[in-house]
Amino acid sequence: MPSICFYFQVHQPCRLRHYTFFDIGQEHHYEDDEHNGEILNKVAEKCYLPANAVLLDLLNKYRGDFRIAFSLSGVALDQFEQFNPAVLDSFKRLADTGCVEFLNETYHHSLAFIFSAPEFREQVELHRQRIFKLFGQKATTFRNTELIYSDAIAREVEDLGYKTILAEGADRILGWRSPNSVYRPEGCRTLKLLLKNYRLSDDIAFRFSNREWSEFPLTAAKFARWVHQLDNAGDTINLFMDYETFGEHQWEETGIFDFLRLIPAHILADPHFQFLTPAQVAQKSKPAASLSVPEFMSWADVERDLTAWMGNDMQNDALRSVYDLESKVRARNRKDLFHTWRRLQTSDHFYYMCTKWFADGDVHKYFNPYSSPYDAYINYMNVLTDFAEQLES
Amino acid sequence: MRVLMFGWEFPPHISGGLGTACYEMTLALVHHGTEVIFVIPRAGGPARKSHVELVAAAPLAPAPDADSIEEFLNRLNIRAVDSILRPYLTDTDYQHVLIETEAIIARRLGAHSILEPVGPYGRNLIAEVARYSEAAEAIARRETFDVIHVHDWMTFLAGIRAKRISGKPLVVHVHALEFDRSGEKVNPDIFAIEKLGMEAADHVIAVSHYTRNLILEQYGIDPEKVVVVHNAVSKRNIGKVYHVPRRKTGKTVLFLGRITFQKGPDYFVEAAAKVLEIMPDVTFVMAGAGDMLPRLIERVGQLRIGKSFHFTGFLKGPEVERMYAMSDLYVMPSVSEPFGISPLEAMVYDVPVIVSRNAGVSEVLSHALKVDFWDVEDMASKILAVLRYPVLSREMLRNGRKELKAIRWEVTAERIIGVYNRLQA
Repeated sequence: MPSICFYFQVHQPCRLRHYTFFDIGQEHHYEDDEHNGEILNKVAEKCYLPANAVLLDLLNKYRGDFRIAFSLSGVALDQFEQFNPAVLDSFKRLADTGCVEFLNETYHHSLAFIFSAPEFREQVELHRQRIFKLFGQKATTFRNTELIYSDAIAREVEDLGYKTILAEGADRILGWRSPNSVYRPEGCRTLKLLLKNYRLSDDIAFRFSNREWSEFPLTAAKFARWVHQLDNAGDTINLFMDYETFGEHQWEETGIFDFLRLIPAHILADPHFQFLTPAQVAQKSKPAASLSVPEFMSWADVERDLTAWMGNDMQNDALRSVYDLESKVRARNRKDLFHTWRRLQTSDHFYYMCTKWFADGDVHKYFNPYSSPYDAYINYMNVLTDFAEQLES
Repeated sequence: MRVLMFGWEFPPHISGGLGTACYEMTLALVHHGTEVIFVIPRAGGPARKSHVELVAAAPLAPAPDADSIEEFLNRLNIRAVDSILRPYLTDTDYQHVLIETEAIIARRLGAHSILEPVGPYGRNLIAEVARYSEAAEAIARRETFDVIHVHDWMTFLAGIRAKRISGKPLVVHVHALEFDRSGEKVNPDIFAIEKLGMEAADHVIAVSHYTRNLILEQYGIDPEKVVVVHNAVSKRNIGKVYHVPRRKTGKTVLFLGRITFQKGPDYFVEAAAKVLEIMPDVTFVMAGAGDMLPRLIERVGQLRIGKSFHFTGFLKGPEVERMYAMSDLYVMPSVSEPFGISPLEAMVYDVPVIVSRNAGVSEVLSHALKVDFWDVEDMASKILAVLRYPVLSREMLRNGRKELKAIRWEVTAERIIGVYNRLQA
């Protein structure tokens, strides 16, 4: 009996304020609170609040026959608390239904694993505690920032006691194998790996409102038909996507909320199918095979690699520079310095410096508060220079 | 296709962007098989028998490769009109040139007084432009061609006359407008000639969307006939690039252009002062000449940054190349810049650039830093960033080199030929 496994990612970065060379040594507040608050409230109105309302109805209506999972970055949680506590309350109400699994990730939505194992562990621990405090759940499933994954990450995550990990179902690692099976990461003994079915996930997340698409318009009935056709194809169909798909990337006018509202009924019309959370999928399924992923992969862009964050010299220089401060931050051992340093690790800062598709203009631009990757780098390096000076003082 | 083109300047005497654009564009057009009759003003003096004269092709700079030189010369016929017009002249400049030229002629003629007009030239700029257009008419009468193509206001009257005589379609190419040059203090005569030329034209080519917008908004020209064709940059000379070792200590930041209101040199000076407060070992160079120079020299003194701020005066060909090669950063803070080829040239010399956000070249250039010309603090901050974070230059140049490959005169010429063809149809 195949299951549908929905996991939604919730994240909002703390964007930096316009910080010039002349601010260095003068101004030690780095974030653009006003802008961050505005964006958070806008996305809350368009996505988080209405989507949570739809999901709460569905969870109450189907009582255990409909289940979902969320991963909420610590940076997003902090901002809900700061700017819009109602969003946090609405997530708590979802948790109260008992049909929602909350995953763990690095608190600061960072690339810490790649640069510092101890820092990675601490950020995971911070997130674990926060999720437990908010929702009373001890997470057993882990997803790394932007689904960045490798055998080494899997081993580390297994050591930390997690039972399940999520990753992209990239063609280059799967080959002929199906993303709809559960795998055992190479080198792990107990951890189970769930892979995103990117075709079906992206039908919703990216193509839903695309009028050029031959399958437009996508109805819940049509989507359910595609899912039902996969009946003997595996254990689980993993639909992983940004939660902002609902109402933010796909606007309400596209009918995305109606789609969401109708999807459980259409899927459950075939009694062979059920909704499960990642932990439940992992529990009921045996690994089909061991899967080796020696190189890092992610769910970003067509390349599904790290080049969106580590694809050019500016990004690598900025990342190296921020992690080079680790020993000094630890030596100072001050809560506020740790906080600032970790906020500066959020992956979005480096994503803004991406030059891959800059001249063409595309999704990178849509999410970018800077008019160019160079401006992003300059702003970040100015801030980091000031922070480094503060560590010395 | 045979084009009667009223253009400006040929190497080795090129005084700015307009001359470069005309030359490179013509080369590329000829390579595409277009024949060009190229008419330029040239101060000749009374030794010349007529206004119009066929100039030997020999002194011209060679075409890109040996194979095509013959073809190039065959297809390009130069007609020089005896005139002292030059691009970017103001009426005041014109009076100086007139006096100088007539003094030379008078000396040659052995005249005792230079109070009497000698030579054929108009008494003021507008009069000379009108006189030039008469000569143009004579050329248009004699030559056969399919289309007329003129560059900026001083040639617009010539274009209109040539059109009237021949009945051939007129393409008016706008590289800069009176609005760019003079801001609010627009010369009404020049404005009127610009408007007249664009109204008479069958097609207007603007070098950027920025310029097209000015043409529509300030001159009320029919948007249907105004097209944008961006300029480009030549990499022909890249093999000969000077490899001047950059200074080991301290960095050099360059401004290169006319020192006039339009180019925003005053903002560069103010930004320099701010940078020097933080990095005292930076050298700023202002290369070029223009009416704002005395004021800026004074301002540099006032700011007490003279030892770090150098004025080179007007630079010629090899000196320009050498200057680029010596620089770590090029800044073009133009107040109004229809296109602006010089940042592209700087990039050819591996110099990263900061440009005015509203400059036409910004429309084709992604891998540059962009500033509002009036935001001196942001400009200074970005200069500091380039000098302090070496990775930034490296990344901009790496991506910029790829981008430059697409900004070629061949592409510009193809688009211009597209305009010609539309007029033939």
